[in-house]
Amino acid sequence: MDVGKILIDGLRAAVGVPAAAFAVSAVGLNLQFGYTGLLNFGHVGSMLLGAYGLAITVDLGGPMWLGVVAGIGAAVLFGLALGYPTLRLRADFLAITTIAASEILRLVFRSEFARPLTGGVFGIQSFADGFFALNPYPDGVYGLGTFRFDERQLWVMTLGWLLVGLGLAATRRLVYSPWGRTLKAVREDEDATASLGKNVFLIKLQSLMLGGAIGALGGMVLAIDQQNVNPDFFQPIVTFYVYTIVIMGGAATITGPVIGAVLFWFLFEAMDGFVGAAVELGWLGPWFDSTDVGPIRFAVFGLGLMLLMIFRPQGILGSREELMIDAR
Amino acid sequence: MWALALIGFTLLGPALPALADGELIKGVHEVRDGDERTPVGGVGVDVFVGEEEVGSATSADDGTWSVPVPGSGTYRVVLDVGSLPDGVAPTDPERTELDNVDVRSGQEKVVRFQLGPGRVVESDPWARAGNLFIVGLRFGSIIALSAIGLSMIYGVTGLVNFAHGELITLGAVITWWFNALLGWHLLLAAIPGVLAVAAFGGAQERWLWLPLRRRRSGTVALIVVSIGLSFLIRYGVVLVPFGGIPQSYRQYAIQEPWRFLGLEATPKTVAIIAASIVILGLVGLALQRSRTGMAMRAVSDNPDLARSSGIDVDRVILWTWIFGAGLAALGGVFFGISEGVEWQMGFRLLLMVFVAVVLGGLGSPYGAMLGGLLIGVLVEMSTLWLSVEFKNVIALGAMIVMLLFRPQGLLGQRERVG
Repeated sequence: MDVGKILIDGLRAAVGVPAAAFAVSAVGLNLQFGYTGLLNFGHVGSMLLGAYGLAITVDLGGPMWLGVVAGIGAAVLFGLALGYPTLRLRADFLAITTIAASEILRLVFRSEFARPLTGGVFGIQSFADGFFALNPYPDGVYGLGTFRFDERQLWVMTLGWLLVGLGLAATRRLVYSPWGRTLKAVREDEDATASLGKNVFLIKLQSLMLGGAIGALGGMVLAIDQQNVNPDFFQPIVTFYVYTIVIMGGAATITGPVIGAVLFWFLFEAMDGFVGAAVELGWLGPWFDSTDVGPIRFAVFGLGLMLLMIFRPQGILGSREELMIDAR
Repeated sequence: MWALALIGFTLLGPALPALADGELIKGVHEVRDGDERTPVGGVGVDVFVGEEEVGSATSADDGTWSVPVPGSGTYRVVLDVGSLPDGVAPTDPERTELDNVDVRSGQEKVVRFQLGPGRVVESDPWARAGNLFIVGLRFGSIIALSAIGLSMIYGVTGLVNFAHGELITLGAVITWWFNALLGWHLLLAAIPGVLAVAAFGGAQERWLWLPLRRRRSGTVALIVVSIGLSFLIRYGVVLVPFGGIPQSYRQYAIQEPWRFLGLEATPKTVAIIAASIVILGLVGLALQRSRTGMAMRAVSDNPDLARSSGIDVDRVILWTWIFGAGLAALGGVFFGISEGVEWQMGFRLLLMVFVAVVLGGLGSPYGAMLGGLLIGVLVEMSTLWLSVEFKNVIALGAMIVMLLFRPQGLLGQRERVG
C-alpha cells in the first residue's frame, strides 16, 4: 500500500475543483442551515438547477453569462416554490418537502419527456468552451509528483476558490448586518423574533432563496469542470455531503464551509484510497472485491456523519456555545 | 488528462453511468406467418432500468427500431402492446416484457418480440381505469403498511426517521436470502424477514435513539443521525452483500392474471390487497383495544401527561419501534413480490411514504393508512392521462397542495404543525 500516494491524492482533492465547488455550495447551505436553522434537504436541487440552467442556455445558443443568470434565477424560484408552502410549518415539513422535490427534479430532468431540453439520461456536454477560451494559464502541467493539475483544472480551481472568497466576504457582510442578526434570532427563537415585529416567514424565505442561489453557483462550477451535466450526479446523497461539510467545518461560522470542504474531500479521497488498497490486499477478508469499494465508501460516509452528529455537532473546530443545533 | 478526468468521475459519481459510446438495444418488428415476414411500423418499445425509463423508440416503416442506452448494464425492455396495429398480436402474451436484457460495453444488443397475426383485445377505457385502480390499491396498501411505523415513531418521539426506507428494504432482502439462498418457501421466509427487522427496530431504539434522547439531542441532530444511518445500512448492510442487481422471489414471480368483467389482476395482487386490508384492520383494532395500543396513542397525544399517568413511556416507544419496523418489513416483502427486490427499493418508496404521512397527518397511524391508500390510487390512476414518469411529480404536487391548505393533513392534529 502506497500511503504517501494516497495522502497526496487526498491533498489534491482537498484543494481541487470538487472541494472548491462544494465549498461554494456549502456557503449557501451554511446560510440556510447554520445561520437560519432551516432544514433544507434539497440543496442538491439548487445545484442541479444552476448546472442545468447554464448548460441548457448555452446548448440553445445563448451566451454563458445568460446561463449563469438563468441558473441562479431557477434556483431562487425553486426556493420560493418550496419555502412558501412549508416555512410557516415545523422544520421537518421543510425537510420532507425539499428532499422529495430535489429527487423529483432529478427524475423530471432525466425523463424521456424532458429529453429535447435536458438530454435525458445522457445529459448535456461541451457548454463551457467560452469559459475555457478565456484560460490565462499556458498549456502544461503544474505541480510536483502526483500532486499536479493541468491548465484547465487550474483555471476552474481559480474560478471556484474566487467564488468561495467572494462567498465568505458576502457571508461576513451579511452576518454582521441587521438582517444577519435577525437570521440568528429566527434560529434561536422564532416567537421572540416575531414579537419584536420581524416578519419571520419573509426572513426565512429570503434566506432559503439566497442560499439556493449560492448553491446554484456551486453546481455550475462542477458542471464547468466536467463540461458535462448528468441528472444522475445530482442524487440526494450530494445534499448530505454538503451537510457533512457544513457541520464538520462548524455550522454558523464564516470559514466553516471552507474548512469543512477541505477536510471532507481530504478524508473522503484518502479513505477511498485506503479502502481500495485494503480490499485489493485482502485485508478485509475474501468477502469483498473491488466492486464493493464504492458501497463501502458510502457506508463509511454514513457512519462518519452519524458519529460527527452524535459526538461533535459543533464541528471539528467549533465551540458548542455558538450553536446548539436544534429546530422547532 | 484522461487519468485526471477519470479521478474526477470517481470522486463525484455516486452513480455516474459510464458514457462509453454506442450501446444500443435494437430489433425489427415483423409478423411471421409461416415463412412470410411482414415488417410492422409504428410500434413502440420502452426501455427501463428498474422502474425508471431510460429510453423509448417507435419502429420505422421497415419495422426497425433502436434505443440508445446510457451504458452497459441490465435493462428491461417492454413492448407497447397498445401501439400494435389491428390484426397483429404478440404470439406469446407473457413475452411482451423482457426483464434481464444484458448489454455489454459498446454492444448493440438485438432483442426480438414474437409477433403474429392475432385478435387484438379491445381496449376499453373503463376497464383500463379499473385495472389501474386495482394496481393503485396494491401500491397504496404497501405504502400504508410501511407508513404506519414512520408516522407513529414520529408521534411518540418527534423523530422523522429518514432511515425508515431501509427497514422496508431489509425486510424484502432478508426474506429474499431465506427464500432464494436457503430455499424456504416465500411465505415461510417472510417470517424471519419480518421478525429480524422488528428486532432491529427495537435494538435501534434501545441502543441508539434512547441514549440520544437522554442526552437531549435536538430534533435536527436526530434527523441528521437517521440520514447517516440510512446510508450506512443501504450501502454497507444491503448493497455490499446483496449486490446491485434486482432479484425476484422464487415463488409468485410470474402469474397468469384472473379475468373478471373485463378487469384483470394477478392472484398475488389480490392476495396482497386482501392481506394488507386484514393487517391494517388488526393494527387499528390493536391500537383501539389493546393496552399497549392505547398507551401508544396516549404517548403520541401527550408524552408528559402519559408519563404522569403511570405509563412507562420508554417501553411504549420501544414497542412502537418494534411494531413499526415489522410493518415496514412486511410492506417491503409485499413490495418485493409486486415489483422485485432491489437495494434502493426502500428509499424509492420512502418518498411515497412521506407523501402519505403528510396527506394523512404526521403522527396519526390512521392518517398514514388513509394517506397511503389515497396516494397509491392517485399516482397509478394518473397514468391514465399522464406519462408514467410523472407519478412522483403528482405525488409531490398532492403533498404541496395539502401543506398549503391543510398542513395538519386529513386526520392530524392542528397543534403539531407549527
